[in-house]
Amino acid sequence: MNRKITRNLLEALAIMLVIFFMVPLVLVFINANKTNAEILNAPLSLPENWGTIWKNIANIWTNPNIRYSKALYSSVIVTFFSLAGITIFSAMGAWVLVRTKTKTSFAIFMMFVAAMVIPFQVVMFPLVKWFGTFQQWTGIPMLRSYFGIIVAYIGFGSSLSIFMFHGFMKSIPLDIEEAAYIDGCGKVKTFFLIVLPILKPIYVTVLILNGIWIWNDFLLPMLVLGKGTPVQTIPLAVSNFAGAFVTSYDLMMTAIFMALVPVVIFFISAQKHIIKGMVEGSVK
Amino acid sequence: MNKDRRNQKIAFWLFLTPVLFSFFMVQIIPFVIGVYYSFTNWSATAQPSIDFVGLTNYMEAFKDATFLYATIITSIYTLANIILVNVIAFSLAMLVTTQIKGRNIYRAGFFLPNVIGGIILGYIWQYIFNQFIPTVGGIIGVKFLTDNLMLADSKTALAALVIVSTWQYAGYIMMIYVAALQNVPRDLIEAAQIDGATPWQRFKAITIPMVRPAFTVTLFLTLVNSFKQFDVNASLTGVGPSTMFMGKAINGTTLLAMNISNTSLVLRNTALAQAKAILFFIVLVIFSLIQVYYSKKKEVEL
Repeated sequence: MNRKITRNLLEALAIMLVIFFMVPLVLVFINANKTNAEILNAPLSLPENWGTIWKNIANIWTNPNIRYSKALYSSVIVTFFSLAGITIFSAMGAWVLVRTKTKTSFAIFMMFVAAMVIPFQVVMFPLVKWFGTFQQWTGIPMLRSYFGIIVAYIGFGSSLSIFMFHGFMKSIPLDIEEAAYIDGCGKVKTFFLIVLPILKPIYVTVLILNGIWIWNDFLLPMLVLGKGTPVQTIPLAVSNFAGAFVTSYDLMMTAIFMALVPVVIFFISAQKHIIKGMVEGSVK
Repeated sequence: MNKDRRNQKIAFWLFLTPVLFSFFMVQIIPFVIGVYYSFTNWSATAQPSIDFVGLTNYMEAFKDATFLYATIITSIYTLANIILVNVIAFSLAMLVTTQIKGRNIYRAGFFLPNVIGGIILGYIWQYIFNQFIPTVGGIIGVKFLTDNLMLADSKTALAALVIVSTWQYAGYIMMIYVAALQNVPRDLIEAAQIDGATPWQRFKAITIPMVRPAFTVTLFLTLVNSFKQFDVNASLTGVGPSTMFMGKAINGTTLLAMNISNTSLVLRNTALAQAKAILFFIVLVIFSLIQVYYSKKKEVEL
């Protein structure tokens, strides 16, 4: 009996705390349903007309100050290609690093690991200058371009990804690969047909860790893409909008709401993987 | 055999090329350039030539009141974060590892803020601090809330930063504690229960020692992440309200990462920013070395 009371009390406490944690996000949703006057005068009441959100969303979707539809597109492109590049290239690199036992191989691996300590602040300004120089030399657009920012994400994501793939691959027995080799499988075929499928669990973890970071990242796109240029990711677009529309809370909250929706949907649909992946990534 | 080895070598480099190329492009080359530029007069505005100036930038960084102030408040912010995040995260972890219904929903709920970007979170809370709390204060008749805007004073603005990052980060750290708490063997606790140990005794003598390895991870994670804070700082408080420090008026909530950025983006003195960044880097290296030392020591103990 006593135990049951304690459990009910703990449950009530947990529910209250979760509600408390969710208040800021719920406020965003409620306010996205209000007009600016309602937000300013009646912060505690529910929206007069829940349909307001569609008007607000339509406004943000086409508003030239945020260009949300374009930013969504850019964020998807940047995140998708960066993730494809990071995971495939890092897995390829990690594989030959694990399977080749030479001093060079070990030195390269250590270089990737050591680079994890370098804070972004040390390389960010030289990076922009170097990208500019590289662009002049080769004619390949690095600044304000999809290509440049995707290369940047692959480079910055490679350290942790190589480290995680490397740790996982060490435990895969060589036999399977050797059997494939005897059957006449080349390196490329062995990697894509044999090794990559085995990597699936760690692959998902690496995708999630990098995906959440890239989707939310602000400073790198700000420096490589620049503010207000044609290619803007969602965090950049929201920040541009906030600079200009600080007092239009209805539009600001709608913009935030629209930035939240993709992340929250993704989180709810894959929360087990996400939580597990993010915790694993940190403990290593 | 020889041909085989050569093929191996070619394959080795071919497989590494894409990742090494990107890695060199954005980490190694900029790092080397960055170290060199910290000893020059590199500026963000156009200049005829970039000249070597020795340790001038480092001297200037040490004399820079804004940098010193940023170091102090970043340390305060970090310390407050470490304590608050870990106390809350650990308490939440204890709560969601009890036998209550819907544990997974609560875990997900506490974790959710962590997958949202710092920039977005900052804007949400800016509305809460600047608009929501004061208006609600007016409605419920608490004049104190209406008259004292948290973000308008540098001390309370710093506290606001701690509140937001705790809210953002606690659920994440909680999950690390949850993983550790689930590893505590149930029979050990039951045995202690049979022997008549009180809940507090069980907590102190079994739970705490069993989850101790997790503390090393969580403490260093909060330490490093707080120390590097930029996004929430940028969107929630910006450089912050003006405050007096060493007889000069400076911006009250500029943490280190932002101070480094603004030294180049606003003051256009990129070489000085670079020198500050190198100092920032050295501190982080020291943190990492301490962490490696502690994890190694623990391995020996185990």
